[in-house]
Amino acid sequence: MNKQKYSIFALLRNAVSYNENWRQAWRSPEPKKKYDVIIVGGGGHGLATAYYLAREHGIRNVAVLEKGWIGGGNTGRNTTIVRSNYLWTEAALLYEKSLKLWEGLSQELNYNVMFSQRGVYNLGHSLQDMRDIERRVGANRLNGIDAEVVTPGQIKAAIPIINISPKARYPISGASLQRRGGVARHDAVAWGFARAADALGVDIIQQCEVTGLNRQADRVTGVETSRGRITADKIGVVVAGHASVLAAMAGLRFPLESHPLQAYVSEPLKPILDTVVMSNGVHGYISQSDKGELVIGAGVDAYTGYGQRGSFHTIEHAMQAIIELFPLFSRVRMLRQWGGIVDVSPDACPIIGKTPVQGLYFNCGWGTGGFKATPGSGWVFAHTIARDNPHELNAAFGLERFTSGALIDEHGAAAVAH
Amino acid sequence: MRAKASSPDKGDSGGMGKQQPNRLPRGGRIDRSQPLTFHFNNRACQGYAGDTLASALLANGIDVIGRSFKYHRPRGIMGSGMEEPNAIIQVGVGADTVPNLRATEVALYDGLTASTVRGWPGLDFDLLAINDFCHRLLSAGFYYKTFMRPGALWKWYERCLRKASGLGVSPQLPDPDRYTHRNAHCDVLVVGAGPAGLMAALAAAKSGARVIIADEQSEFGGSLLYSAARVAGNSADEWLGKALTALADCPEVVLLPCSTVFGYYDYNFLTILERCRDRPAEPRQGLSPSPPEREGSKRQGEIRQRLWRVRAKRVILATGAIERPLVFPNNDRPGVMLASAVSHYIHRYGVCPGRRGLIFANNDSACQAALDLAAAGAAVAAVVDCRAAGPGAIADAVEQAGIDVFRGHVITGVTGRKRVRSVQVTPVSADGKTLNGASKTIACDLVAMSGGWSPAVHLHSQAGGGIAWSEAHACFIPDKPGQDNVSVGAGNGSFALDACLAEGQQVGLDAARQCGFEPVPFSTPKTVSATVNPLQPLWRTPALQSPERSPKQFLDYQNDTTVTDVRLAVREGFQNVEHVKRYTALGFGTDQGKLGNINGMAALAECLDKPIAEVGTTTFRPPYTPVAFGACAGMDVGQLYEPVRKTPLHDWHEAAGAEFEVVGQWLRPWYFPRAGEDRLPLPLTKKAGARGAETGGEGGDRRKPFATLSLAAQAPGEASAREDLPEAVARECLAARNSLAIMDASTLGKIEVQGLDAVAFLERIYTHNVAGMKIGRCAYGIMLGEDGMLMDDGVMARLGERHFYLTTTTGGAAGVLHWLEQWLQTEWPELKVYLTSVTERWATIALVGPNSRKLLQGLNGDIAFDQADFPFMSVRSGVLAGFAVQVFRVSFSGELAFEINVESDEALALWRKLMEAGGQYDITPYGTETMHVLRAEKGFVIVGQDTDGSVSPVDLGMNWLLTEDKDYLGKRSLARPDCRRADRKQWVGLLSEDGTTVLPEGTQLVEANTPGGRPPRLPLAALLEGSRLVGKPGRARGRARPIPMVGHVTSSYYSACLGHPIALALVSAGRARKGDHIHAALSDGRYVKVKIVSPIFYDPKGERQHV
Repeated sequence: MNKQKYSIFALLRNAVSYNENWRQAWRSPEPKKKYDVIIVGGGGHGLATAYYLAREHGIRNVAVLEKGWIGGGNTGRNTTIVRSNYLWTEAALLYEKSLKLWEGLSQELNYNVMFSQRGVYNLGHSLQDMRDIERRVGANRLNGIDAEVVTPGQIKAAIPIINISPKARYPISGASLQRRGGVARHDAVAWGFARAADALGVDIIQQCEVTGLNRQADRVTGVETSRGRITADKIGVVVAGHASVLAAMAGLRFPLESHPLQAYVSEPLKPILDTVVMSNGVHGYISQSDKGELVIGAGVDAYTGYGQRGSFHTIEHAMQAIIELFPLFSRVRMLRQWGGIVDVSPDACPIIGKTPVQGLYFNCGWGTGGFKATPGSGWVFAHTIARDNPHELNAAFGLERFTSGALIDEHGAAAVAH
Repeated sequence: MRAKASSPDKGDSGGMGKQQPNRLPRGGRIDRSQPLTFHFNNRACQGYAGDTLASALLANGIDVIGRSFKYHRPRGIMGSGMEEPNAIIQVGVGADTVPNLRATEVALYDGLTASTVRGWPGLDFDLLAINDFCHRLLSAGFYYKTFMRPGALWKWYERCLRKASGLGVSPQLPDPDRYTHRNAHCDVLVVGAGPAGLMAALAAAKSGARVIIADEQSEFGGSLLYSAARVAGNSADEWLGKALTALADCPEVVLLPCSTVFGYYDYNFLTILERCRDRPAEPRQGLSPSPPEREGSKRQGEIRQRLWRVRAKRVILATGAIERPLVFPNNDRPGVMLASAVSHYIHRYGVCPGRRGLIFANNDSACQAALDLAAAGAAVAAVVDCRAAGPGAIADAVEQAGIDVFRGHVITGVTGRKRVRSVQVTPVSADGKTLNGASKTIACDLVAMSGGWSPAVHLHSQAGGGIAWSEAHACFIPDKPGQDNVSVGAGNGSFALDACLAEGQQVGLDAARQCGFEPVPFSTPKTVSATVNPLQPLWRTPALQSPERSPKQFLDYQNDTTVTDVRLAVREGFQNVEHVKRYTALGFGTDQGKLGNINGMAALAECLDKPIAEVGTTTFRPPYTPVAFGACAGMDVGQLYEPVRKTPLHDWHEAAGAEFEVVGQWLRPWYFPRAGEDRLPLPLTKKAGARGAETGGEGGDRRKPFATLSLAAQAPGEASAREDLPEAVARECLAARNSLAIMDASTLGKIEVQGLDAVAFLERIYTHNVAGMKIGRCAYGIMLGEDGMLMDDGVMARLGERHFYLTTTTGGAAGVLHWLEQWLQTEWPELKVYLTSVTERWATIALVGPNSRKLLQGLNGDIAFDQADFPFMSVRSGVLAGFAVQVFRVSFSGELAFEINVESDEALALWRKLMEAGGQYDITPYGTETMHVLRAEKGFVIVGQDTDGSVSPVDLGMNWLLTEDKDYLGKRSLARPDCRRADRKQWVGLLSEDGTTVLPEGTQLVEANTPGGRPPRLPLAALLEGSRLVGKPGRARGRARPIPMVGHVTSSYYSACLGHPIALALVSAGRARKGDHIHAALSDGRYVKVKIVSPIFYDPKGERQHV
């Protein structure tokens, strides 16, 4: 595929020609009748999967089918935090793989995903929080992941506006810090992967809803879509909140609950918060985007459902938590609020692997932690599909673990309690 | 409220004219007897009570209010309300400051200070205006295409980008104000108090319905506030006054001015933000009274904003419509305004925003601005109308007034940078697509434009309703509602006043009927309806050159999104409206695209050659307008963030000088330091005072049941390596082991279970044999999650055949009750079981130590405390020292111990009596820290500290608690193969090989399996952590070699009684490895060699608690 290379020179060249000669970032082809691999779901994970299939495994006859517009699901509905400081080795190595891919992603995709390693603080508010932090930081370091325990004084030095008063209702007793963590521009991740995958020959087909999975005996043969039947030997499904719906099409039942997870942004402010602050104890997390908006998240709505909106009392709790940590933000105004649908598994870890149906692969159950995993998730899922066998990094994340009991319980290490 | 004719005290009108050159000598709904001084960018200005900041700035002749986000173009005021995209300002100073307010929404008060939010170094001279000239380099999404190499420089690029972004400045101090929430129910909630909303509210209220009517403006009336129409024979204003009086006379009506309905959630739940301090100084009759304070004025604990949470049976959305700008080259110059805003400023504030106005419109409504300008004494340069000749009463009136009308013309250029100087007017073809004639330049300083009106369908959409394209009005109108709501008036596409009034009345009556009231009809007020020349859509004025080669035509003013940007997005494949929004930032400003989105969608439709209806809109999300975080949070901030729970004995502890620990919501005594006591440095040599202590650890596994009370889920202990130890803790521990100690255990969760099926229910929840428990006996019980992992533990006492008493961990109390209720209510509703939380009813006092029985026996009472009558693990009720008590003989320390439940309000009296009587045994109060040490010496688990949701009872060595011949929650999961692995992490004791190091809790454990028996080196990345190297892309990419972890330290203390540190840990296959050595990996990179031992360090046979 003939692709324009993006650079300052390309910008200059096109500025001279009134920006009239920019080419499409990706094509919008009609679906072919048959592909080697179909990826259902055009979010960050699906597009990354397609990209790595083409790039790492030479499988280029790939279609990404998207019901709406690419990046319109949870890829565009998160708080953009990237980190890898998970407790259990299985999860930590998977997220660390992802973080390493993030570290060169803009250059690899030739698309600035604005990955910004401004550090992530996970605050502790009690002695037990600090025990957990000590434990997690120790585990991270042994796993080769950068992590530090920092004191309230060090936190205050780095984030002067934070409230470390011992008179706070839940005073801050310390934090873990991952300096390599940070944020990225969420839309750009989807677009960057789409453009790079398209350049390698992947067909990205939007407005194409999968309505059924076709199988012959225990093999998958293709999909029915709103744009007709498409056949393929291998189908990878990565549709976040709607994984259960797709699984039902294959007669499978997954241990997933779909919850709304809300996020909020403030009006843009001059730079005031230079890092990412998360607290499990007071249940909220916050960073400031490059545009100046405070980006805020908190816990999932308790009720299950597919409505991408959520309830108001969840907003109240999130704002209370933010004001507890940053009393000066009380007069700042919330500009937008939205919800994504997260699929939460019993151990708060994803399901990435094969299914009882041959040729059908699922990548779901990311709960509240999917965005940071985007490149790594795509990388291991592509491997799993191409080799019909999971990579060692995702071997522990199979469906079998729910019957064997080999769970990877990351509830404690999730950004917020589920 | 009507304005007085002229200012009585600010001198002659000439002086005023100097101060406020654009203030009309009369008119407006301002109070000229109350002049106000305010500062804009340090310039002193004058205004009047009743002004908004915007009207006052216009009156003072200030044209440029701000700079745009990207190109830093000078911008003036464009609208008159919440749609304003340009006049974004910072109001107030210090703790009072608020960033990003719209000048059009800020009620003026004396002493107000306002400043511009963008522009460097300042508003008038802004260096970043260079962006305006490099705009072709800064096309939509340019930042995705550059700043990539060298990767290390991204941090610097980003810092520059961040500095250049942002609007206002965050307050730097905590908010001095208070916010509150209020819940309300009503039959009918009317959103918007314009003509349609007022009629709807009147109709519903007169029929008897409970009505809440809210409007974001400080005055009710909507378009009537600046209307020249006559209603029912009166002026609009007179009719409005009468209508408001009639409404206020209805008994069940709540009137909320200054109140924005900003969210429409499920089941007709709506949220309203009431800006209490923006209320008018003299409320109209009927408006709920409130103090006249304004934003920034002195406050005495009053509420700044009140957030209403309203559940309405029926919602009437009379939200009105938002006027659309027209898209033409340089349509953002200061002086270009919405036509309705021009009328608004003239009528409502007595401010004429220009000397020589020109009207540019594609519909009739803008002609009103021409008439208003003329009446205000301003020159009207022309009315430029893209439509060819047509009927229209208002247009006729304009011509009758002698105003030049250019039909079939459009504006094709604007001159003037900081204020419009002239416009270029060119004839256009009938379809508005091509220019067909010579241009003409007309001098003017004000362009009043109108591209038609867009109904404010936001709330309708938030409620899940669809929207449909109306060809007639060229706008989206509400389609089928998503909930129990109806749209009416201009918000429903009915723009004529007579239609608004009639529709409003009808839906009001309908709503009353739907809520069960008999509608009380009344006559609809008559208005004169004008002949209307239909609107002709004009989404962009044609130009001779492509938009790329023409001056900028703005769609979204705040974010500087132009027609060119949308065209570029489409060219690059961003064709979905949501993609265009995200790529070009169209509608991402603080006005959320209220003004610009529709023009953007039209530009997109043009590019794609599709009808606008097919392009669709982006999602309308709450909030309708921005809401302060503080208002969302309400009262529950600071010390009220969560309640602080204190035990009935708290004051005593405080007086005794206790240090406290936060455990969940509770405050618990941590330890009781005495005067002169210090912290003892560690490592300690063996304490001479450890009399009676058995050196422990290695002797035997647990075979017999052990009784424990797990008192805290979030337990104390210090997280990082202990370097010292409170002397008090050592003293308290020894007192408990050697004589007598007393503890307040009131925070224990306590639940009473009663009912016919109590046994059957508890059998399913707990793993032990509940049916076999005799009345009067206690048992240690654990409950598992569905995954088989330990969830909570406590003591269960059987008080009667069908009556049980349970304790839970302190932190787990609420969760356990919730868990039990969930099973009862949703899974086993057939069981007759009743649960009652009695946590607050009982205070619990633990008496611990060899002398505890003697103390109790020395008190008056009817309970026999000797071993034969009151064996270990039993419960007795009776009277003790005159108090009715329940006494449990249980032990969480391994010592002879009794836990006494006493009514909370008698707790202090009993405690005092015990302290007094215990004097002879040197009774010692102790806190959670000592409790933890004592239980750790005995190897008693603390749920939440020694467990984390992945620990099964088998891992903890609690097999003896699992009953084979019954089913209970989690049993099936325990049978899964992974739960039976031999190498699962098991709970064991650890002893530091050096005999002195107290291991930090949470420390990871690794094997000592490298050559030479040395522990492995930390991976490179971990060692580099903290150094600048790590943050750089590509740096930490070296293949990490993870070091396998075999477990971690869950609890760790210095045992004063044993004279050495002890630790508890989860270690892979630990129980089979007693005597093995492994290493603890400390966070400073050191390794400490440790030996695996039994988790029971003290009195391994458990004899002391049985004496």
